[in-house]
Amino acid sequence: MSQPLFAQSAADLARRLRAREVSATEVAEAHLDRVSATDPQVGAFLTMPRDEVMADAAAAQAMLDRGEGGPLCGVPVGIKDNISTRGVATTCASKLLENYVPPFDATVIEKLRAQGIVCFGKTNLDEFAMGTSCENSAFQLTRNPWDLDRTPGGSSGGSAACVAAQQVPLSLGSDTGGSIRLPAALCGLVGFKPTYGRVSRYGLIAFGSSLDQIGPFGRTVEDVALLSEAISGYDHLDSTSLDRHPIQTNALKSGSLRGLKLAIPDQLMTDEIQPGVRATFESALDLLRKEGVEITPVSLPSIQYGVTTYYIIAPAEASSNLARFDGIRYGLRLEGEGHIGNVATTRGEGFGHEVKARIMIGTYVLSAGYYDAYYTRAQQVRALMVQEFESTYRDFDAVISPTSPSVAFRLGELKDNPMAMKLLDFCTIPANMGGFPSISIPAGLSDHLPVGLQLTGPIGDDERILQLAYALEQALPPTPSPAMG
Amino acid sequence: MSISVDEVRHVAKLARLELDEAEILAFQSELNALLGHFQDIASLNVEGIEPKPHAVALRNVWADDVARPSLLRDEALRNAPVTRAGLFIVPQIIED
Repeated sequence: MSQPLFAQSAADLARRLRAREVSATEVAEAHLDRVSATDPQVGAFLTMPRDEVMADAAAAQAMLDRGEGGPLCGVPVGIKDNISTRGVATTCASKLLENYVPPFDATVIEKLRAQGIVCFGKTNLDEFAMGTSCENSAFQLTRNPWDLDRTPGGSSGGSAACVAAQQVPLSLGSDTGGSIRLPAALCGLVGFKPTYGRVSRYGLIAFGSSLDQIGPFGRTVEDVALLSEAISGYDHLDSTSLDRHPIQTNALKSGSLRGLKLAIPDQLMTDEIQPGVRATFESALDLLRKEGVEITPVSLPSIQYGVTTYYIIAPAEASSNLARFDGIRYGLRLEGEGHIGNVATTRGEGFGHEVKARIMIGTYVLSAGYYDAYYTRAQQVRALMVQEFESTYRDFDAVISPTSPSVAFRLGELKDNPMAMKLLDFCTIPANMGGFPSISIPAGLSDHLPVGLQLTGPIGDDERILQLAYALEQALPPTPSPAMG
Repeated sequence: MSISVDEVRHVAKLARLELDEAEILAFQSELNALLGHFQDIASLNVEGIEPKPHAVALRNVWADDVARPSLLRDEALRNAPVTRAGLFIVPQIIED
Protein backbone atom coordinates (compact mmCIF):
# COMPACT_ATOMS: atom_id res chain seq x y z
CA MET A 1 0.00 0.00 0.00
CA SER A 2 1.31 3.44 -0.84
CA GLN A 3 1.80 6.17 1.73
CA PRO A 4 -1.22 8.31 2.64
CA LEU A 5 -1.34 11.57 0.66
CA PHE A 6 -0.48 13.69 3.69
CA ALA A 7 2.80 11.81 4.23
CA GLN A 8 4.08 12.36 0.70
CA SER A 9 6.66 14.93 -0.30
CA ALA A 10 5.63 18.01 -2.27
CA ALA A 11 7.75 16.80 -5.20
CA ASP A 12 5.91 13.44 -5.26
CA LEU A 13 2.49 15.08 -4.90
CA ALA A 14 3.30 17.52 -7.70
CA ARG A 15 4.37 14.66 -9.97
CA ARG A 16 1.24 12.64 -9.21
CA LEU A 17 -1.03 15.69 -9.69
CA ARG A 18 0.56 16.37 -13.08
CA ALA A 19 0.16 12.69 -14.05
CA ARG A 20 -3.56 12.79 -13.06
CA GLU A 21 -3.08 10.02 -10.51
CA VAL A 22 -4.67 12.26 -7.91
CA SER A 23 -6.67 15.52 -8.04
CA ALA A 24 -5.89 18.80 -6.30
CA THR A 25 -9.22 18.49 -4.49
CA GLU A 26 -8.29 15.06 -3.12
CA VAL A 27 -4.92 16.38 -2.00
CA ALA A 28 -6.53 19.35 -0.23
CA GLU A 29 -9.16 17.15 1.44
CA ALA A 30 -6.55 14.66 2.67
CA HIS A 31 -4.59 17.49 4.29
CA LEU A 32 -7.71 19.13 5.76
CA ASP A 33 -8.62 15.76 7.32
CA ARG A 34 -5.11 15.48 8.71
CA VAL A 35 -5.45 18.95 10.25
CA SER A 36 -8.78 17.97 11.84
CA ALA A 37 -7.20 14.84 13.28
CA THR A 38 -3.99 16.39 14.62
CA ASP A 39 -4.33 20.13 15.11
CA PRO A 40 -6.39 19.93 18.32
CA GLN A 41 -3.13 18.63 19.89
CA VAL A 42 -0.56 20.56 17.85
CA GLY A 43 -2.19 24.00 17.53
CA ALA A 44 -0.26 24.98 14.40
CA PHE A 45 -3.04 26.94 12.66
CA LEU A 46 -4.67 30.20 13.76
CA THR A 47 -7.05 30.32 10.78
CA MET A 48 -8.11 27.48 8.50
CA PRO A 49 -10.35 28.94 5.78
CA ARG A 50 -11.68 25.64 4.41
CA ASP A 51 -13.87 27.21 1.72
CA GLU A 52 -10.99 29.27 0.33
CA VAL A 53 -8.70 26.24 0.45
CA MET A 54 -11.16 24.13 -1.53
CA ALA A 55 -11.73 27.00 -4.00
CA ASP A 56 -7.94 27.35 -4.49
CA ALA A 57 -7.71 23.57 -4.99
CA ALA A 58 -10.45 23.66 -7.62
CA ALA A 59 -8.66 26.53 -9.40
CA ALA A 60 -5.40 24.53 -9.27
CA GLN A 61 -7.12 21.50 -10.77
CA ALA A 62 -8.50 23.66 -13.59
CA MET A 63 -4.93 24.84 -14.30
CA LEU A 64 -3.68 21.24 -14.29
CA ASP A 65 -6.50 20.26 -16.66
CA ARG A 66 -5.37 22.97 -19.07
CA GLY A 67 -1.73 21.90 -18.74
CA GLU A 68 -0.93 25.16 -16.93
CA GLY A 69 0.33 26.06 -13.45
CA GLY A 70 3.79 25.93 -11.91
CA PRO A 71 5.83 22.89 -10.85
CA LEU A 72 4.03 22.78 -7.46
CA CYS A 73 0.52 23.31 -8.88
CA GLY A 74 -2.09 21.82 -6.52
CA VAL A 75 0.29 21.41 -3.56
CA PRO A 76 -0.90 22.93 -0.24
CA VAL A 77 1.37 25.41 1.58
CA GLY A 78 0.81 26.75 5.13
CA ILE A 79 1.32 30.51 5.51
CA LYS A 80 2.78 32.28 8.56
CA ASP A 81 0.22 34.73 9.88
CA ASN A 82 2.43 37.79 9.33
CA ILE A 83 2.18 37.40 5.54
CA SER A 84 -0.75 39.37 4.08
CA THR A 85 -3.49 37.30 2.47
CA ARG A 86 -6.32 39.11 0.73
CA GLY A 87 -9.66 38.37 2.40
CA VAL A 88 -8.17 36.07 5.06
CA ALA A 89 -7.34 37.43 8.55
CA THR A 90 -3.66 38.25 9.09
CA THR A 91 -3.13 38.81 12.81
CA CYS A 92 0.61 38.53 13.55
CA ALA A 93 -0.74 36.59 16.58
CA SER A 94 -1.47 39.99 18.15
CA LYS A 95 -4.62 41.31 19.81
CA LEU A 96 -3.88 44.56 18.01
CA LEU A 97 -4.54 42.95 14.60
CA GLU A 98 -7.04 40.32 15.75
CA ASN A 99 -9.71 41.50 13.28
CA TYR A 100 -7.46 42.75 10.48
CA VAL A 101 -8.27 41.36 7.02
CA PRO A 102 -5.78 42.57 4.38
CA PRO A 103 -7.26 44.06 1.21
CA PHE A 104 -4.26 42.83 -0.80
CA ASP A 105 -1.97 39.83 -1.19
CA ALA A 106 1.74 39.83 -0.36
CA THR A 107 3.88 39.32 -3.47
CA VAL A 108 4.76 35.77 -2.37
CA ILE A 109 1.04 34.94 -2.10
CA GLU A 110 0.35 36.40 -5.56
CA LYS A 111 3.14 34.20 -6.90
CA LEU A 112 1.70 31.09 -5.21
CA ARG A 113 -1.78 31.79 -6.60
CA ALA A 114 -0.45 32.45 -10.12
CA GLN A 115 1.21 28.99 -10.07
CA GLY A 116 -1.80 27.17 -8.64
CA ILE A 117 -0.18 26.52 -5.26
CA VAL A 118 -2.88 26.22 -2.59
CA CYS A 119 -2.68 28.72 0.31
CA PHE A 120 -3.54 26.41 3.15
CA GLY A 121 -4.38 28.36 6.31
CA LYS A 122 -2.49 30.79 8.53
CA THR A 123 0.00 29.51 11.06
CA ASN A 124 0.77 30.59 14.61
CA LEU A 125 3.83 32.65 15.53
CA ASP A 126 5.33 34.65 18.35
CA GLU A 127 3.51 38.00 18.28
CA PHE A 128 4.95 40.08 15.40
CA ALA A 129 7.57 37.32 14.96
CA MET A 130 9.31 38.27 18.21
CA GLY A 131 10.37 35.17 20.10
CA THR A 132 11.93 31.74 19.86
CA SER A 133 9.21 29.46 21.25
CA CYS A 134 5.83 30.57 19.81
CA GLU A 135 4.77 31.17 23.44
CA ASN A 136 4.44 34.91 22.74
CA SER A 137 1.35 34.32 20.57
CA ALA A 138 -1.65 36.21 21.97
CA PHE A 139 -3.97 33.38 20.92
CA GLN A 140 -2.65 29.86 21.44
CA LEU A 141 0.25 27.56 22.19
CA THR A 142 1.77 25.50 19.42
CA ARG A 143 3.28 22.17 20.42
CA ASN A 144 6.19 20.27 18.92
CA PRO A 145 4.91 17.13 17.13
CA TRP A 146 7.99 15.24 18.40
CA ASP A 147 6.94 15.83 22.01
CA LEU A 148 3.74 17.71 22.74
CA ASP A 149 5.15 19.08 26.02
CA ARG A 150 7.84 20.94 24.12
CA THR A 151 8.05 24.06 21.98
CA PRO A 152 8.31 23.86 18.19
CA GLY A 153 10.67 26.86 18.40
CA GLY A 154 9.93 30.28 17.03
CA SER A 155 9.00 32.59 15.80
CA SER A 156 7.61 30.58 12.84
CA GLY A 157 6.53 27.78 15.23
CA GLY A 158 3.19 27.10 13.55
CA SER A 159 4.78 26.86 10.10
CA ALA A 160 7.31 24.34 11.46
CA ALA A 161 4.80 22.29 13.47
CA CYS A 162 2.31 21.92 10.57
CA VAL A 163 4.98 20.44 8.28
CA ALA A 164 6.41 18.18 11.01
CA ALA A 165 2.88 16.92 11.83
CA GLN A 166 2.32 16.19 8.10
CA GLN A 167 -0.61 18.62 7.95
CA VAL A 168 1.04 20.16 4.86
CA PRO A 169 4.18 19.22 2.93
CA LEU A 170 5.42 22.82 2.84
CA SER A 171 4.95 26.17 4.55
CA LEU A 172 6.24 29.73 4.50
CA GLY A 173 7.84 31.45 7.46
CA SER A 174 9.91 34.58 8.00
CA ASP A 175 13.40 34.82 9.45
CA THR A 176 14.75 37.97 11.14
CA GLY A 177 17.30 36.38 13.50
CA GLY A 178 16.64 32.66 12.99
CA SER A 179 12.85 32.43 12.99
CA ILE A 180 12.79 29.85 10.17
CA ARG A 181 15.99 27.93 10.86
CA LEU A 182 15.60 27.53 14.64
CA PRO A 183 12.08 25.98 14.52
CA ALA A 184 13.16 23.87 11.51
CA ALA A 185 15.99 22.46 13.65
CA LEU A 186 13.71 21.83 16.65
CA CYS A 187 11.08 20.08 14.50
CA GLY A 188 13.45 17.95 12.36
CA LEU A 189 12.81 19.87 9.14
CA VAL A 190 14.60 21.71 6.38
CA GLY A 191 14.22 25.50 6.74
CA PHE A 192 15.78 28.01 4.36
CA LYS A 193 16.42 31.75 4.66
CA PRO A 194 17.27 32.93 1.15
CA THR A 195 19.62 35.85 0.44
CA TYR A 196 18.13 39.15 1.63
CA GLY A 197 16.29 40.62 -1.34
CA ARG A 198 15.78 37.45 -3.39
CA VAL A 199 12.25 37.00 -2.03
CA SER A 200 10.04 40.08 -1.95
CA ARG A 201 9.05 41.40 1.47
CA TYR A 202 6.05 43.27 0.04
CA GLY A 203 3.10 42.30 2.23
CA LEU A 204 5.24 40.75 4.98
CA ILE A 205 4.30 42.76 8.07
CA ALA A 206 7.63 44.35 8.94
CA PHE A 207 9.66 43.59 12.08
CA GLY A 208 13.34 44.38 11.34
CA SER A 209 13.39 45.58 7.75
CA SER A 210 17.13 45.21 7.16
CA LEU A 211 17.01 41.61 8.46
CA ASP A 212 13.56 40.14 7.59
CA GLN A 213 13.34 37.50 4.88
CA ILE A 214 10.52 35.13 3.86
CA GLY A 215 11.51 31.49 3.27
CA PRO A 216 10.21 27.92 3.11
CA PHE A 217 9.92 24.92 5.46
CA GLY A 218 9.76 21.37 4.11
CA ARG A 219 10.63 17.78 4.98
CA THR A 220 13.22 17.49 2.18
CA VAL A 221 15.74 19.85 0.58
CA GLU A 222 14.15 19.22 -2.83
CA ASP A 223 10.74 20.39 -1.61
CA VAL A 224 12.27 23.49 -0.04
CA ALA A 225 14.18 24.26 -3.26
CA LEU A 226 10.98 23.97 -5.32
CA LEU A 227 9.12 26.40 -3.06
CA SER A 228 12.13 28.77 -3.05
CA GLU A 229 11.95 28.84 -6.84
CA ALA A 230 8.20 29.54 -6.70
CA ILE A 231 8.43 32.58 -4.38
CA SER A 232 11.67 34.29 -5.47
CA GLY A 233 12.52 36.91 -8.10
CA TYR A 234 12.69 40.67 -8.51
CA ASP A 235 9.70 42.71 -7.33
CA HIS A 236 9.32 46.42 -8.05
CA LEU A 237 7.03 46.72 -5.01
CA ASP A 238 9.97 45.99 -2.66
CA SER A 239 12.70 48.63 -2.99
CA THR A 240 15.22 46.24 -1.39
CA SER A 241 14.48 43.51 -3.92
CA LEU A 242 17.56 42.20 -5.77
CA ASP A 243 17.44 42.35 -9.54
CA ARG A 244 18.08 38.63 -10.05
CA HIS A 245 16.27 35.71 -11.59
CA PRO A 246 14.19 33.37 -9.39
CA ILE A 247 16.16 30.73 -7.48
CA GLN A 248 16.97 27.92 -9.94
CA THR A 249 16.61 24.23 -9.12
CA ASN A 250 18.01 22.59 -12.27
CA ALA A 251 21.45 21.85 -10.75
CA LEU A 252 20.08 20.90 -7.32
CA LYS A 253 21.07 17.23 -7.54
CA SER A 254 24.42 17.57 -9.34
CA GLY A 255 26.58 18.66 -6.40
CA SER A 256 29.32 16.48 -4.97
CA LEU A 257 30.73 16.24 -1.47
CA ARG A 258 34.24 15.22 -2.49
CA GLY A 259 36.67 18.12 -2.04
CA LEU A 260 34.03 20.36 -0.51
CA LYS A 261 35.54 22.82 1.98
CA LEU A 262 33.48 23.84 4.98
CA ALA A 263 34.53 26.23 7.76
CA ILE A 264 33.33 25.70 11.31
CA PRO A 265 33.60 28.82 13.51
CA ASP A 266 35.04 28.22 17.00
CA GLN A 267 32.64 30.87 18.29
CA LEU A 268 29.66 28.64 17.37
CA MET A 269 31.07 25.58 19.17
CA THR A 270 31.10 27.05 22.67
CA ASP A 271 29.92 25.47 25.93
CA GLU A 272 26.46 26.88 25.16
CA ILE A 273 25.99 23.94 22.77
CA GLN A 274 24.31 21.11 24.72
CA PRO A 275 26.46 17.94 24.88
CA GLY A 276 23.78 15.89 23.07
CA VAL A 277 23.52 18.46 20.28
CA ARG A 278 27.30 18.57 19.98
CA ALA A 279 27.57 14.76 19.81
CA THR A 280 24.88 14.47 17.12
CA PHE A 281 26.42 17.33 15.13
CA GLU A 282 29.90 15.82 15.36
CA SER A 283 28.78 12.39 14.24
CA ALA A 284 27.16 14.08 11.23
CA LEU A 285 30.52 15.77 10.53
CA ASP A 286 32.26 12.38 10.74
CA LEU A 287 29.93 10.99 8.07
CA LEU A 288 30.62 14.02 5.87
CA ARG A 289 34.40 13.62 6.28
CA LYS A 290 34.09 10.00 5.12
CA GLU A 291 32.44 11.34 1.95
CA GLY A 292 35.46 13.55 1.31
CA VAL A 293 34.33 16.84 2.87
CA GLU A 294 37.14 18.90 4.41
CA ILE A 295 35.96 20.56 7.63
CA THR A 296 38.27 23.19 9.12
CA PRO A 297 37.90 25.18 12.34
CA VAL A 298 38.14 28.95 11.83
CA SER A 299 37.90 31.91 14.16
CA LEU A 300 35.28 34.59 13.46
CA PRO A 301 35.60 36.67 16.63
CA SER A 302 32.72 39.09 15.96
CA ILE A 303 30.19 36.26 16.14
CA GLN A 304 30.37 36.50 19.92
CA TYR A 305 28.77 39.96 19.67
CA GLY A 306 25.95 38.74 17.43
CA VAL A 307 23.27 38.63 20.13
CA THR A 308 24.16 42.16 21.25
CA THR A 309 24.12 43.63 17.76
CA TYR A 310 20.86 41.83 16.98
CA TYR A 311 19.10 43.01 20.15
CA ILE A 312 20.07 46.58 19.34
CA ILE A 313 19.42 46.65 15.58
CA ALA A 314 16.26 44.52 15.39
CA PRO A 315 14.38 46.32 18.22
CA ALA A 316 15.49 49.71 16.84
CA GLU A 317 13.98 48.85 13.48
CA ALA A 318 10.93 47.30 15.17
CA SER A 319 10.25 50.37 17.30
CA SER A 320 10.08 52.38 14.10
CA ASN A 321 8.08 49.81 12.08
CA LEU A 322 5.54 49.23 14.84
CA ALA A 323 4.90 52.95 15.27
CA ARG A 324 2.29 52.56 12.50
CA PHE A 325 -0.03 50.67 14.86
CA ASP A 326 -1.93 53.66 16.22
CA GLY A 327 -5.53 52.47 15.90
CA ILE A 328 -6.45 55.07 13.27
CA ARG A 329 -6.76 53.31 9.91
CA TYR A 330 -6.97 49.66 10.99
CA GLY A 331 -6.60 47.45 14.02
CA LEU A 332 -7.66 47.89 17.60
CA ARG A 333 -8.66 51.37 18.83
CA LEU A 334 -9.13 52.07 22.54
CA GLU A 335 -10.01 55.29 24.37
CA GLY A 336 -7.47 57.10 26.54
CA GLU A 337 -6.86 60.62 27.77
CA GLY A 338 -6.56 62.90 24.77
CA HIS A 339 -5.41 61.77 21.35
CA ILE A 340 -1.97 60.68 22.55
CA GLY A 341 -3.70 58.78 25.33
CA ASN A 342 -5.84 56.99 22.75
CA VAL A 343 -2.76 55.82 20.89
CA ALA A 344 -0.83 54.89 24.05
CA THR A 345 -3.77 52.97 25.53
CA THR A 346 -4.38 51.13 22.25
CA ARG A 347 -0.73 50.12 22.06
CA GLY A 348 -0.36 49.39 25.78
CA GLU A 349 -3.34 47.02 25.72
CA GLY A 350 -2.97 45.71 22.17
CA PHE A 351 0.68 44.61 22.26
CA GLY A 352 1.88 41.72 24.40
CA HIS A 353 4.77 41.88 26.85
CA GLU A 354 7.63 40.85 24.57
CA VAL A 355 6.58 43.21 21.78
CA LYS A 356 6.44 46.09 24.25
CA ALA A 357 9.83 45.09 25.65
CA ARG A 358 11.39 45.25 22.18
CA ILE A 359 9.72 48.57 21.34
CA MET A 360 11.09 49.91 24.65
CA ILE A 361 14.65 48.76 24.02
CA GLY A 362 14.52 50.01 20.42
CA THR A 363 13.21 53.39 21.49
CA TYR A 364 15.90 53.62 24.17
CA VAL A 365 18.85 52.81 21.88
CA LEU A 366 17.62 55.32 19.31
CA SER A 367 16.97 58.09 21.84
CA ALA A 368 19.09 61.21 22.21
CA GLY A 369 22.38 60.56 23.96
CA TYR A 370 22.40 56.79 23.36
CA TYR A 371 22.19 56.56 19.57
CA ASP A 372 25.95 56.48 18.92
CA ALA A 373 26.85 54.33 21.90
CA TYR A 374 24.37 51.62 20.90
CA TYR A 375 22.87 51.89 17.44
CA THR A 376 25.85 53.25 15.49
CA ARG A 377 28.27 50.98 17.34
CA ALA A 378 26.08 47.92 16.68
CA GLN A 379 26.13 48.73 12.97
CA GLN A 380 29.92 48.95 13.09
CA VAL A 381 30.10 45.53 14.74
CA ARG A 382 27.69 44.28 12.08
CA ALA A 383 30.15 45.52 9.43
CA LEU A 384 33.02 43.68 11.17
CA MET A 385 31.04 40.45 11.35
CA VAL A 386 30.13 40.61 7.68
CA GLN A 387 33.79 41.25 6.73
CA GLU A 388 34.86 38.18 8.69
CA PHE A 389 32.30 35.98 6.90
CA GLU A 390 33.20 37.40 3.50
CA SER A 391 36.89 36.69 3.99
CA THR A 392 36.00 33.12 5.08
CA TYR A 393 34.04 32.64 1.84
CA ARG A 394 37.23 33.30 -0.12
CA ASP A 395 38.70 30.01 1.14
CA PHE A 396 35.63 27.91 1.87
CA ASP A 397 32.41 26.87 0.11
CA ALA A 398 30.25 27.55 3.15
CA VAL A 399 30.19 27.92 6.93
CA ILE A 400 28.77 25.01 8.93
CA SER A 401 27.55 24.87 12.55
CA PRO A 402 24.74 23.56 14.71
CA THR A 403 21.54 25.59 14.10
CA SER A 404 20.39 25.68 17.71
CA PRO A 405 22.45 25.20 20.88
CA SER A 406 19.68 23.03 22.34
CA VAL A 407 17.00 20.58 21.31
CA ALA A 408 13.36 21.64 21.76
CA PHE A 409 12.86 22.80 25.34
CA ARG A 410 9.76 22.29 27.46
CA LEU A 411 6.91 24.77 27.11
CA GLY A 412 7.20 27.25 29.97
CA GLU A 413 10.79 26.25 30.75
CA LEU A 414 12.29 29.61 29.71
CA LYS A 415 9.23 31.76 30.20
CA ASP A 416 10.73 33.62 33.16
CA ASN A 417 14.14 33.91 31.59
CA PRO A 418 13.86 36.22 28.58
CA MET A 419 17.64 36.58 28.33
CA ALA A 420 18.21 32.81 28.04
CA MET A 421 15.52 32.69 25.34
CA LYS A 422 17.31 35.42 23.39
CA LEU A 423 20.67 33.63 23.54
CA LEU A 424 19.21 30.66 21.60
CA ASP A 425 19.59 32.57 18.33
CA PHE A 426 23.35 33.03 18.51
CA CYS A 427 24.10 30.55 15.70
CA THR A 428 21.46 31.94 13.33
CA ILE A 429 21.85 35.72 13.78
CA PRO A 430 25.05 36.27 11.68
CA ALA A 431 23.32 35.24 8.43
CA ASN A 432 20.67 37.93 8.95
CA MET A 433 23.32 40.53 9.70
CA GLY A 434 25.04 39.78 6.39
CA GLY A 435 21.91 38.98 4.35
CA PHE A 436 23.50 35.57 3.61
CA PRO A 437 21.53 32.55 2.40
CA SER A 438 21.38 30.03 5.25
CA ILE A 439 19.70 26.65 5.62
CA SER A 440 19.04 24.25 8.47
CA ILE A 441 18.78 20.53 7.71
CA PRO A 442 18.25 17.61 10.10
CA ALA A 443 21.53 16.20 11.47
CA GLY A 444 20.03 13.35 13.50
CA LEU A 445 18.39 12.86 16.89
CA SER A 446 19.55 13.50 20.44
CA ASP A 447 17.40 11.84 23.12
CA HIS A 448 14.68 11.24 20.48
CA LEU A 449 14.59 14.95 19.58
CA PRO A 450 15.84 16.51 16.33
CA VAL A 451 19.14 18.37 15.99
CA GLY A 452 19.73 20.82 13.13
CA LEU A 453 22.84 21.54 11.11
CA GLN A 454 23.24 24.94 9.45
CA LEU A 455 25.01 25.93 6.23
CA THR A 456 25.58 29.59 5.39
CA GLY A 457 27.09 31.00 2.20
CA PRO A 458 27.80 34.23 0.31
CA ILE A 459 25.17 36.69 -0.93
CA GLY A 460 23.37 35.36 -3.98
CA ASP A 461 24.67 31.79 -3.66
CA ASP A 462 21.21 30.38 -2.85
CA GLU A 463 21.43 27.74 -5.58
CA ARG A 464 24.83 26.56 -4.31
CA ILE A 465 23.66 26.39 -0.68
CA LEU A 466 20.60 24.34 -1.68
CA GLN A 467 22.80 22.07 -3.80
CA LEU A 468 25.23 21.51 -0.89
CA ALA A 469 22.32 20.92 1.49
CA TYR A 470 20.90 18.34 -0.92
CA ALA A 471 24.24 16.53 -1.12
CA LEU A 472 24.58 16.58 2.69
CA GLU A 473 21.02 15.31 3.10
CA GLN A 474 21.81 12.29 0.88
CA ALA A 475 24.89 11.47 2.98
CA LEU A 476 23.18 11.75 6.37
CA PRO A 477 20.79 9.14 7.79
CA PRO A 478 17.15 9.90 6.86
CA THR A 479 15.14 11.68 9.55
CA PRO A 480 12.09 9.73 10.66
CA SER A 481 8.75 11.48 11.16
CA PRO A 482 7.50 12.08 14.68
CA ALA A 483 5.33 9.23 15.94
CA MET A 484 1.99 10.99 16.23
CA GLY A 485 -1.57 10.67 14.95
CA MET B 1 25.05 51.62 33.06
CA SER B 2 21.58 51.11 34.42
CA ILE B 3 18.19 52.56 33.68
CA SER B 4 16.00 54.16 36.35
CA VAL B 5 12.24 53.90 36.79
CA ASP B 6 11.90 57.49 35.57
CA GLU B 7 13.85 56.69 32.41
CA VAL B 8 11.59 53.70 31.78
CA ARG B 9 8.58 56.02 32.06
CA HIS B 10 10.21 58.49 29.69
CA VAL B 11 10.96 55.81 27.09
CA ALA B 12 7.39 54.47 27.39
CA LYS B 13 6.10 57.97 26.73
CA LEU B 14 8.33 58.34 23.66
CA ALA B 15 7.11 54.95 22.41
CA ARG B 16 3.42 55.79 23.08
CA LEU B 17 2.94 52.83 25.39
CA GLU B 18 0.61 53.11 28.36
CA LEU B 19 2.14 50.85 31.03
CA ASP B 20 1.03 50.00 34.56
CA GLU B 21 3.38 50.09 37.55
CA ALA B 22 4.06 46.34 37.48
CA GLU B 23 5.05 46.53 33.82
CA ILE B 24 7.33 49.51 34.43
CA LEU B 25 9.22 47.54 37.08
CA ALA B 26 9.35 44.43 34.88
CA PHE B 27 10.73 46.43 31.94
CA GLN B 28 13.25 48.16 34.19
CA SER B 29 14.75 44.81 35.13
CA GLU B 30 14.56 43.38 31.59
CA LEU B 31 16.12 46.47 30.03
CA ASN B 32 18.88 46.47 32.63
CA ALA B 33 19.64 42.82 31.89
CA LEU B 34 19.89 43.59 28.17
CA LEU B 35 21.94 46.76 28.68
CA GLY B 36 24.30 44.75 30.86
CA HIS B 37 24.67 42.23 28.05
CA PHE B 38 25.29 45.07 25.57
CA GLN B 39 28.42 46.10 27.49
CA ASP B 40 30.36 43.45 25.55
CA ILE B 41 30.66 45.82 22.58
CA ALA B 42 31.38 48.93 24.66
CA SER B 43 35.13 48.40 24.76
CA LEU B 44 35.48 46.97 21.26
CA ASN B 45 37.70 49.01 18.94
CA VAL B 46 35.49 50.04 16.04
CA GLU B 47 37.33 53.18 15.07
CA GLY B 48 37.19 53.97 11.37
CA ILE B 49 34.68 51.21 10.60
CA GLU B 50 31.82 52.36 8.40
CA PRO B 51 28.47 51.49 10.05
CA LYS B 52 26.45 48.93 8.06
CA PRO B 53 22.73 49.72 8.18
CA HIS B 54 21.80 47.24 5.46
CA ALA B 55 23.02 43.81 4.36
CA VAL B 56 22.93 44.58 0.65
CA ALA B 57 23.33 48.27 -0.12
CA LEU B 58 21.22 49.47 -3.04
CA ARG B 59 21.23 53.04 -4.32
CA ASN B 60 18.61 55.17 -5.99
CA VAL B 61 15.79 52.70 -6.40
CA TRP B 62 13.19 54.65 -8.36
CA ALA B 63 9.71 53.76 -9.45
CA ASP B 64 8.42 55.01 -12.78
CA ASP B 65 5.87 57.78 -12.33
CA VAL B 66 2.96 55.97 -13.91
CA ALA B 67 -0.54 55.27 -12.62
CA ARG B 68 -1.16 51.71 -11.43
CA PRO B 69 -4.35 50.05 -10.26
CA SER B 70 -4.86 50.71 -6.55
CA LEU B 71 -7.32 49.76 -3.82
CA LEU B 72 -10.89 50.88 -4.12
CA ARG B 73 -11.93 53.32 -1.41
CA ASP B 74 -14.27 50.85 0.27
CA GLU B 75 -11.51 48.23 0.42
CA ALA B 76 -9.08 50.71 1.93
CA LEU B 77 -11.61 51.71 4.59
CA ARG B 78 -12.85 48.22 5.44
CA ASN B 79 -10.46 47.71 8.40
CA ALA B 80 -10.88 51.19 9.88
CA PRO B 81 -12.26 51.33 13.45
CA VAL B 82 -14.51 54.31 12.60
CA THR B 83 -15.49 55.69 9.18
CA ARG B 84 -18.10 58.14 7.94
CA ALA B 85 -19.04 59.20 4.43
CA GLY B 86 -16.05 57.45 2.88
CA LEU B 87 -13.55 58.94 5.33
CA PHE B 88 -11.38 57.70 8.20
CA ILE B 89 -12.66 59.27 11.43
CA VAL B 90 -9.63 60.11 13.59
CA PRO B 91 -9.66 60.92 17.30
CA GLN B 92 -10.16 64.62 18.02
CA ILE B 93 -6.80 66.39 18.37
CA ILE B 94 -7.87 70.02 18.81
CA GLU B 95 -9.98 71.10 21.79
CA ASP B 96 -13.48 72.51 21.16
